[in-house]
Formats: sequence, C-alpha cells, structure tokens
Amino acid sequence: MASAVKPLVPGEEVVFHLKEEPHHPEGSSTMLGFWLYLMSDCLIFAMLFAVFGVIGGNYAGGPGPKALFELPLVALNTAMLLFSSITYGFAMLAMVRKNVSQTLIWLAITGVFGLCFLGIELYEFAHLIHEGATPQRSGFLSAFFTLVGTHGLHVTFGLIWLVTLMVQISWKGLIPANQRRLMCLSLFWHFLDVIWIGVFTFVYLMGMLR
Amino acid sequence: MSKAPTKTTPARKPAARKPAAPKAAVAVSAAAVEPHGHTHAHDVDHAHGHGHDDHHDDGHAHGSMRDYLIGFGLSVVLTAIPFWLVMSGVFAPQLTGGIIMAFAVAQIVVHMIFFLHMNTKSEGGWTILALIFTLILVVIALTGSLWVMYHLNTNMMPHGMDMNPAP
Repeated sequence: MASAVKPLVPGEEVVFHLKEEPHHPEGSSTMLGFWLYLMSDCLIFAMLFAVFGVIGGNYAGGPGPKALFELPLVALNTAMLLFSSITYGFAMLAMVRKNVSQTLIWLAITGVFGLCFLGIELYEFAHLIHEGATPQRSGFLSAFFTLVGTHGLHVTFGLIWLVTLMVQISWKGLIPANQRRLMCLSLFWHFLDVIWIGVFTFVYLMGMLR
Repeated sequence: MSKAPTKTTPARKPAARKPAAPKAAVAVSAAAVEPHGHTHAHDVDHAHGHGHDDHHDDGHAHGSMRDYLIGFGLSVVLTAIPFWLVMSGVFAPQLTGGIIMAFAVAQIVVHMIFFLHMNTKSEGGWTILALIFTLILVVIALTGSLWVMYHLNTNMMPHGMDMNPAP
C-alpha cells in the first residue's frame, strides 16, 4: 500500500497535512467577536424592554411616570450622552491621524460627559428613592430601575474601560493592540447611545403620554 | 509621545522580513510544478499575509469628520423634536406616541450608519447578518411578550374591575 503513494516530484517529501496551522494575524477576529457580544447584550436589553412593556403600567396605586419624571433633566442627560458620542468620534479620528495627545484629550472629554450622565442619573435615582418611589414600590418602578440601572451600569463599566485605555495609550502609544481596543470601546460606547434612544423614547417620553 | 511609533517599527521589520526568503523559495517550486500549485499557492498567500501584518486593520471603517458631524446634527434634530412634541403636547397622545416611535427608529438607523459605521460589507457581511438575526429575535421577543401578556391581562381580568384603583 505504501508504494502507492509517490511524490509527484522525485525526491520531494510527501506531506498529508499542513505543516503549519493556518495562521490569522493577531486580533483579526476581535472586531467581529466584539460585535457578537454587543448583539447578545442587545438581547439582554430587549428582554428588559419587554419586561418594562409588560409591567410598566402596573403602578400598584403608587406614583406613575407623570408624577415622577422630569423631562428637562432627561433631555439634559440625553444631551450629555450625545456629546460624549461625538467626542468619542473625534478621539477615533485623532487615532487614525496617529495623534496620541489629541486622542487622549478627546477621550478625557468623553469621560467627563459620561461622568455627567452618570451623575445626573444617580441624582434622579436618589431623588426618586427619597420620594418613596423605590424599586420595591410597584411593578412599574421595579422594571424602570432594572432597565435604566442596567444601562447606567454599562456606562459605568464603559468609563472604567475608558480610563484603563487612556493609561494604556499613554504607556505604549497607539500600537495596533490599543487601536483595536479603542475600536471595541467605540462600538460599545455608540451602542450604549443607541440603547439610550430606546430608553428615553419608550420609558420617559411614552411614560409621559400614558 | 511620538516615541512609541518609531520604537515599534524596527522591532517589526525583522519579523516581516523573515517569511520573505521561504516565500521566494515556495514561489519557485509552485511555478515549476503545476499539480502542486494549489497547496503552494496557499503558502504564498500565507507568507504574503505576514509581510502586511500591520495593515490588517485598514479594512475597518473609522468614518470621517463629515460622517460624525452629519450623524450628530441628525441625532440632535431627531432627539429635540420628540422632546418638544411631548413637552408642548401639540398633538393628541396617541398621535404623538406614533411620531416619537418613528423618530426613535430613524435615530437608531442614523447612529448605526454614522457612529457604528454599519455597512453590508464590514467583516465580509457577518456583522450585518448578526444584526439582522438579532433584530428578528428582538422583534419576536418584544411583540410576543407584549401580545401574550396583553391578552392574559384582558382575559384574566374580572369584568368591571380596575387594575389600578386609586389609593
């Protein structure tokens, strides 16, 4: 049997398998993988929106959206997140130009807007809880705090990630690995903005119309 | 600050140069022997890929200043109008609800295109495929939950009873 296998070129070694594993450049699949994570995150938010849609009208005799929500505050919050989105975009443009200091400055500005957003949201939560509108009060408030709180938690982790990246960039510069990380955080940050569009429309604005 | 890029270039050069020698050797044998051409052609691609390691990120869209500004302008308008509609109450609540939902969908699409740089070609079309699949799941989950629970509520409700009696 062994005599049946002959090299096509006399003297050349017969090879039945690839000598090397097919090699992909480092990080070549990171962006697609991160996008898939975002899609699964999107499903988490879809479930929380569904919960809010189902029990968002169950006030249990407690306060409803009209008594609790202050639209000017929500508008301010939305503006903060929108500004942070465009400043992150500027950071990405600075990254493409390989300008380390400008990238860091725009990232810092993004972080400040993100902190403002979180601060306003925490102020709103504290205000609600002070008024007795705690998550335990009604189905509406449980769903509200879960949905908006989960979004706020994402922003918090985004901010931690942002600071971590700023440190990494100031240490190693805009190396390919750091550029990849910046692009991942860019997707994450803009994705949170997309989720917030759903939150301010369905929770706050639609709540005021109920 | 500007030290970092210059530091990495000399380090990468030898790595990029290494595959060059086998690449040339393989190319010769591939050209000489036709039946083996297929497997060796793969090796040639492989060696070629090494030399261009630092360029593999260029396939991703970063957007331009113009893209970001258009996206930002559109989203400001698409945010301001729903807030104004609800706060001023010019239309009936039902109509306002429909309009602001349409604005939300439009703004999500704007963000997807101008901020997330979605297109049908990124990552060989896999991102848009994952997005479409996710959207189908989201639509099934949302409409299914709302529909089923609405009917459960109306069918389980004793007649003439208010679900949220005033305290």
